[in-house]
Amino acid sequence: MQAIVSIRNLSKTYAGGFRALKNVSLDIQRGEIIALLGPNGAGKTTLISTICGIVNPSEGQVLVDGKDIIKDFRATRALIGLVPQELTTEAFETVFGTVSFSRGLFGKAPNPAYIEKILRDLSLWDKRDNRIRTLSGGMKRRLLIAKALSHEPSILFLDEPTAGVDVELRKDMWKVVSALRESGVTIILTTHYIEEAEAIADRIGVMTKGELILVEDKAALMHKLGKKQLILDLKHKLETLPATLNEHDLVLSEDGLQLTYTYDTQGERTGITTLLDDLRREGIGFRDLQTTQSSLEEIFVKLVEESR
Amino acid sequence: MNWYAIKAIYHFEMARTRRTLMQSIFAPVISTSLYFVVFGAAIGGRIQQVDGVSYGAFIVPGLIMLSLLTNSISNASFGIYFPKFTGTIYELLSAPVSMIEVVMGYVGAAATKSLILGTIILATAGLFVPLEIAHPFIMLFFLVLTAVSFSLFGFIIGVWADNFEKLQLIPLLIVTPLVFLGGSFYSASMLSPFWQTVTMFNPVLYLVSGFRWSFYEIADVSIGVSLTMILLFLTACMAVVWWIFKTGYHIKN
Repeated sequence: MQAIVSIRNLSKTYAGGFRALKNVSLDIQRGEIIALLGPNGAGKTTLISTICGIVNPSEGQVLVDGKDIIKDFRATRALIGLVPQELTTEAFETVFGTVSFSRGLFGKAPNPAYIEKILRDLSLWDKRDNRIRTLSGGMKRRLLIAKALSHEPSILFLDEPTAGVDVELRKDMWKVVSALRESGVTIILTTHYIEEAEAIADRIGVMTKGELILVEDKAALMHKLGKKQLILDLKHKLETLPATLNEHDLVLSEDGLQLTYTYDTQGERTGITTLLDDLRREGIGFRDLQTTQSSLEEIFVKLVEESR
Repeated sequence: MNWYAIKAIYHFEMARTRRTLMQSIFAPVISTSLYFVVFGAAIGGRIQQVDGVSYGAFIVPGLIMLSLLTNSISNASFGIYFPKFTGTIYELLSAPVSMIEVVMGYVGAAATKSLILGTIILATAGLFVPLEIAHPFIMLFFLVLTAVSFSLFGFIIGVWADNFEKLQLIPLLIVTPLVFLGGSFYSASMLSPFWQTVTMFNPVLYLVSGFRWSFYEIADVSIGVSLTMILLFLTACMAVVWWIFKTGYHIKN
């Protein structure tokens, strides 16, 4: 299936000589949610801004629905909605007025019923006649989403959509994003909150220093790069580990009441059965056990550190 | 052509005018009325006729031009500068709109506001001095051409400016002196030959002269030269705007 966004060898060097993007290539599939993770200055916003037409690329090409973003800018931009990182809104315009303005700007005939639907979906209908400056930060964020959706785009770029938003509102925003995906909208989001990517994305891209160092299916990434740990709560305190257990990757807690076994989920054998047999032979009993898996955050930090 | 976008920008800008009615319309009308009161009634009564026209009536075209020029520039420059300042320009840059559509929206709205203002000032002038317009269509043509040209010029200033000081710099330090020294309040023939020659380098002279001709058939330069000059200015502004959008100057990285 043809990718809805296809980025080929995209580079951006700003006038001062700073290389914000270095040879980035990426295919985004129709209907997926892809999260771009990366530290500040990684190039995430420049990548989004280039695809949306705000920044001119230095090299490379971007196709949206098979069309070049520069030669066919009218067709490609009509498909895209952008929610910027900053809360950039008019202060004195009304909520309904600004969303209607956005729809017109993107070449769509007025449709008050559709705008009402968006505003209701984003819990902004009650505020439709309010001036934007009277809205709270969270409402302004939702208003920017309403503006981006006003022309019924099939691709939505969300640049740090939940930055500075409280936990409850962040979860509301995730629900909005999930609902959009269900309606067939392709979503590309950048985020600092790794749990956000973990919660809603299908694929994860990791950027650092203008490079896209990895793109992977979220589950596969966590499976491939994640480590699992088996934690055993011992019945009796252990002073030292018996030498017969040295072959296992075991760590004894300082109080001698907990054993932690780290294993690779990708390995052919996890070694858990052998470990439990060896523990029984040594007469080490346990009261309880639990397993933990490394989070996306740990994987992300490891990847970025490795690229340094 | 994205007509909906042009309409959206145009309506947005006109809505801004409605919100700031006092500042946009009433303030220039009041200041122009003061000119009529001071120069037309108070001082004008003691000044002889200029080229057969009472002084109060003589200054009407120049005063309209003064308001038209300064307001066209400020309306259009503020219109495009403010989205740059607040950051909302991202929406304009990411929308399926071309250079011509953006310019039509912003410049069209700025020129409309100036034309409304010019018409109100003309009507206000009628309250103070007896008015006669010898060539109403040419007068209207000049009015529209000047409003559009100087709105384009204002658009360029708005793109160029990266702070509020720069936004005011050209209108206050260049345009206002040019208008005052461009024959708004006097005929160039009243000056010494040396200053007459200097005045010929002032582009506003051609506007005021042509516009005044459409009222009273008196002019410092021929109507043909006036029209040529304003058309040249319009072409130059269009060329600069085209270059701005081609290079993304001060708009796009």
